Amino acid sequence: MTLAEVQKGQKFIISDISDDNIRVQALRFGISEDAGLFCEEKIPGGPVIIKRQYQEIAIGRNLAKNIKVELSQ
Amino acid sequence: MECCDISHQIDIPSGSQKIVLAGNPNVGKSIFFNKFTGIYVAVSNYPGTTLDISSGMFNPENKDNDYVVLDTPGVYGVSSFNDEEAVARDVILAADAVVNIVDAVHLERDLFLTQQIIDMGIPVIVALNMMDEAERNGLKIDIDELSSELGVPVITTTAIKGEGLEEVKNSVDKSKVGNTIFNSDFLKEELDSLAEKINSRAEALLIMEGDPNVAEKNNRQALPHREKIYKKRRHRINNIIDSVISENGENSSLGSKIGHLMLKPLTGIPMLLATLYLLYELVGVFVAQTVVGITEETFFLEIYEPFIRGIVTPIIPIESFFGQLFVGEFGLFTMTVTYTFGLLLPLVAGFYFFLAILEDSGYMPRIAALVDRLLTSIGLNGRAIIPMLLGFGCVTMATITTRLLGSKRERIIATFLLGLAIPCSAQLGVIAGLIAPLGFEYFAIYVLTIFVVYVLAGTILNKVLPGKSTDLLIDIPPLRMPRLSNVLQKTYMKSKSFIKEAGPIFAIGALIITVMQETGMLTAIQNSLIPLTVGWLQLPKETATVFIMGIIRRDFGAAGLNSLSLTAIQTTVSLVVITLFVPCIAAMMTMFRERNWKEALFIWFGSWFTAFGVGGILAYLL
Repeated sequence: MTLAEVQKGQKFIISDISDDNIRVQALRFGISEDAGLFCEEKIPGGPVIIKRQYQEIAIGRNLAKNIKVELSQ
Repeated sequence: MECCDISHQIDIPSGSQKIVLAGNPNVGKSIFFNKFTGIYVAVSNYPGTTLDISSGMFNPENKDNDYVVLDTPGVYGVSSFNDEEAVARDVILAADAVVNIVDAVHLERDLFLTQQIIDMGIPVIVALNMMDEAERNGLKIDIDELSSELGVPVITTTAIKGEGLEEVKNSVDKSKVGNTIFNSDFLKEELDSLAEKINSRAEALLIMEGDPNVAEKNNRQALPHREKIYKKRRHRINNIIDSVISENGENSSLGSKIGHLMLKPLTGIPMLLATLYLLYELVGVFVAQTVVGITEETFFLEIYEPFIRGIVTPIIPIESFFGQLFVGEFGLFTMTVTYTFGLLLPLVAGFYFFLAILEDSGYMPRIAALVDRLLTSIGLNGRAIIPMLLGFGCVTMATITTRLLGSKRERIIATFLLGLAIPCSAQLGVIAGLIAPLGFEYFAIYVLTIFVVYVLAGTILNKVLPGKSTDLLIDIPPLRMPRLSNVLQKTYMKSKSFIKEAGPIFAIGALIITVMQETGMLTAIQNSLIPLTVGWLQLPKETATVFIMGIIRRDFGAAGLNSLSLTAIQTTVSLVVITLFVPCIAAMMTMFRERNWKEALFIWFGSWFTAFGVGGILAYLL
């Protein structure tokens, strides 16, 4: 499933980001492919706000559609 | 842009040590800078950018060394994703030591930069800032462990209360080369040998991380190890954090609750509207009317202009070409000065002041996230809200800020929309004055027409322009109370650089207009527009003059309508045309400079065509 399909309040990890530049920028923000993340908010039709501890990042909806995630329990 | 050498931009006495302050955006760097340097600060523009580097001398207590301390733009890492990063990279590359300011609440994000600077082999000292906030959040950080993991000294600070600043200031000579992620199993030999060849470990690292500018400077190919290195670095930081953070409280402060409400559309949109209303009250009412009334009317028009005319006219008669050029209707010493300093400067400063509050409080990224959806439909992303908002202040200033957008395509769309459908504050006042007496119906027609044109133009450009716009990927920082001194300093620096950048453009614009008027070209253009104005737009022929005046100063155009007796429909049509018609000559010239001449001509003719097209349709419909 993709990040765009994650529901608010769900926990997940990112399994694949296809764009090279986005992948390295995400790494700088603390988002690696094994990091546990939390969906803080989904702006309808807009960005997904994800959170890891105190770090929050807004990811545009189109970009979120290209990020593969796995839900975690 | 020239790469990697800052020595010819900043005056650095030989033999003095260069201390560079580096950190992520909004970590309180400027407080450290002010503490280090006091009031003797030099600000130099970085060529090719709107960015300034501040530098100053500094002598710690009981030390013999002379130090120069340099500030850098806040960045998440050293590379060249944008102008800020390129500037920070070049300043950091020149550093003898780095004071790295780290937000204790955001270790995961901030330590990436720390580890990268350590990997560059530059001596580092870490100021772990915002300790008060970390404590309030129940965050327990083992400082000794952090210091020994990183291999560099760590000093805890709460900069806004002044805590720890003195200690950091007096410890710059204790900076150390820390523990790198490179070892015999991981690219160490490659890095060492490259570092030896080009005689710089820092530059060698950036070449290995694929930085094209640093590679080019060294006549080398950028190497493809960026992701490998970034992953290793991220892994290392996560390990460090696991071992230094022992307690992790729940973030339930008031700030984080409000921050959350700002992002939810249900609460966020009313909050945004309230903010825009405040902006309108501050800039649109207070600055545009009260302040400009004093600066433009009372000071420049009533005192300054008669004074300067009194000096110049005895030497150069005002009727002569040079008299007109210097002190005439559009003169360099009269209109240009009055317009730039009396009208624009207060408005621009007002806008920058408001923007600085939005940025420093952390609200700006939340606005960007909230409006992202709307802006993606016209080929932009949420970050474009900054130039769009600034456009209501001054389109020239906003056009310059389109540089922050992620792709050329976005910059073209934003520039076009700014030139086409965003009325600047100089114009807004006059438009409001003309449309208000006509009643709500015409006001609604005007606003709706401009809005529809804006959305349609953006949607069409988004469809026809090749390529792909960039997506939003931004850090949502915690909400913090902005510091007035910081906000004022930002306002001052940005307003100053606006005047420096736009002032000459306004002067050249005035010069062109005077030449056009003196040679009769202005009248010729006005006459050639008459068939269009009378036949197509059903307006009196004098309106053509008004449209052309709008090129000189957009408010001139709108104000000119006052003297014509127009019906309500005619007024509405003219206002729509004036708004959509080419922006003022300064904004046009900025567009030519920011984009190439082909794109600028396309924007220019595109807005002529749209203005008269839409005006005609409206005249026909009403």
